[in-house]
Amino acid sequence: MGQISFKSVGKTYAGGVTAVSDVTLDVAEGEFIVLVGPSGCGKSTLLRMVAGLEEITDGEIDIAGRVVNRLDPADRDIAMVFQNYALYPHMTVKENMAYGLKNRRTPKAEIEARVAEAARMLELQPYLDRKPRALSGGQRQRVAMGRAIVRQPAAFLFDEPLSNLDAKLRVSMRMEIRKLQRRIGTTSLYVTHDQLEAMTLADRLVVLNGGKVEQIGKPLEVYHRPASTFVASFIGSPAMNLLDARVEGGQVWLGGAAMGPAGRAEGPVTLGIRAEDLRPAPASQGVALKVEHVEELGSGRVVHGHVDGQTLAVSMAPGLSIGDVLHVAAAPEALHLFDTTTGRRIETRTRTAELVQ
Amino acid sequence: MMQRIKPFDHLILILGALFLCMPVVMAFASSTHTAIDIHSNGLYVMPGSNGAETYTKVLTKRGGFTGEVTGLTMLMNSMILGVGFAVGKIVLSMMAAYALVYFRFRFATPIFWVIFTTLLLPLEVRIMPSYQVMSELKLLNTYQGLIVPLLASATGTFFFRQFFKSVPDELLEAARIDGAGPVKFFIDILVPLSRTMMAAIFIIMFIYGWNQYLWPMLMTTDESFFTLMRGIKTILQVWVGSQIPDYNEAFALAVLAMVPPLVVVLVFQRMFIKGLTESDK
Repeated sequence: MGQISFKSVGKTYAGGVTAVSDVTLDVAEGEFIVLVGPSGCGKSTLLRMVAGLEEITDGEIDIAGRVVNRLDPADRDIAMVFQNYALYPHMTVKENMAYGLKNRRTPKAEIEARVAEAARMLELQPYLDRKPRALSGGQRQRVAMGRAIVRQPAAFLFDEPLSNLDAKLRVSMRMEIRKLQRRIGTTSLYVTHDQLEAMTLADRLVVLNGGKVEQIGKPLEVYHRPASTFVASFIGSPAMNLLDARVEGGQVWLGGAAMGPAGRAEGPVTLGIRAEDLRPAPASQGVALKVEHVEELGSGRVVHGHVDGQTLAVSMAPGLSIGDVLHVAAAPEALHLFDTTTGRRIETRTRTAELVQ
Repeated sequence: MMQRIKPFDHLILILGALFLCMPVVMAFASSTHTAIDIHSNGLYVMPGSNGAETYTKVLTKRGGFTGEVTGLTMLMNSMILGVGFAVGKIVLSMMAAYALVYFRFRFATPIFWVIFTTLLLPLEVRIMPSYQVMSELKLLNTYQGLIVPLLASATGTFFFRQFFKSVPDELLEAARIDGAGPVKFFIDILVPLSRTMMAAIFIIMFIYGWNQYLWPMLMTTDESFFTLMRGIKTILQVWVGSQIPDYNEAFALAVLAMVPPLVVVLVFQRMFIKGLTESDK
């Protein structure tokens, strides 16, 4: 009952600015979809179009089998959690959660039962009679989620719900949201600009850039096979190294070293290598990296340097000694090739084997 | 660290306080003496023994040309005027501001500025046309006639507009998703949120209405609609021949006229401050 489907959905503002264009996506019942992208990529606009807070100018959105383009937000059977919580400041926690149900003329006994159930789930029982201002950020966020849960909607919409919280709380709330969603099994759309949040929460990721979908896929799929240089640089931390390289004679050449086989493509390519895929190698097999700066992270270190005039970051285990010049190499399957002009991925071989997770 | 006491600063503060309080103290003290005492000895600083008598007389004595109007009636009339103004203005300007902020209609901004510029026009500018309108509507000598023409308030509309603009949009969106329509949103969310604004405006508008003098004088010829402000005036008007005006009664009325605004300020100020310190939107 909770499927959402987007059929070439687009949004053009009255001024002619296009915020979202041609988004097609089918969200299965119970799926947790994360819309991720840099600010201004249209992810929030897309979510607000689902909620009915922005008009849909192109295409159709269909929630639980109904086209909702013309429906009021209240009739779309969705609940939304806002970045700044948007709790009603003059109502107690209980009244906040009950307000939507009261407006729907739900019987009193049922409201009580649902609020109690949500409060139990979110561990909010001690706070039911408090006003939002007497709560901490994390508790307010939980109330906002409670308000969504009691409605028992076809879908939850989350609009960057964690970005007002401090880093530690964000991590624990992230897990709570995920556990809760698994337990209730309600279809969820979640907007964030934080790629880590996106990776950890999503069943499937939708990476947006400039109002267009760059890639849709499972987090690891997106991580291991980014569809474009944009996705490659956006997902993963540190960001994937993207370097200008050449393909000649079936080999990728970077700074005078052959990095690995490259299939059919010939000529200039953009070579993408994740920092953690690079390993120190004997001088004869690797490419020379002029070390400039080492970031100590405790669990490891990130070495920044130059290869052939281009910056490159390498993740290394702690304890290895680092000289002025480091020779690094990567496994052939860790090389990603992208078209230099379009930025799209160039498939060099079938990769089914390496996707075993 | 202990704050060092600065005698000179205190002296200035004490003088300032005395300067502001003395007239009130003297008005009250003098009102408790007899008119003859005041006439022969001037104003008093210490209370006398005639207080109870003066105040009973002022509140209950039937006076005026018709011999019907008492101080109590006048107090009542002033109260109706003050509360009527304040409540009416709040209701009207809240609704106007709600329309201006939350509904997109053509010329909303120009309309707002037109309303806003009327701030520049005091009542006195339009007092003749207003009088004529009321006269033709046969509303002279009625409470409606006294109150309604002064209800449209640019100040109130402006304050509420600014306040509504500061309410986060997400609250409206959350309410829409929660199934609250425009009326419900206004009553369930905006009105409770505006409590402190309403208190502030109530203070201003109540005193504005309470102090009205020219408008009630024009609008009402029937003495049963007299307000306190006019009552004070009529007492002092009797200075003919060797008659001594009832200074004490005039002072008593003035003191009585000060009490309700004082109470309003005290009550609403507490709410106002509480709202300021507690609210977070």
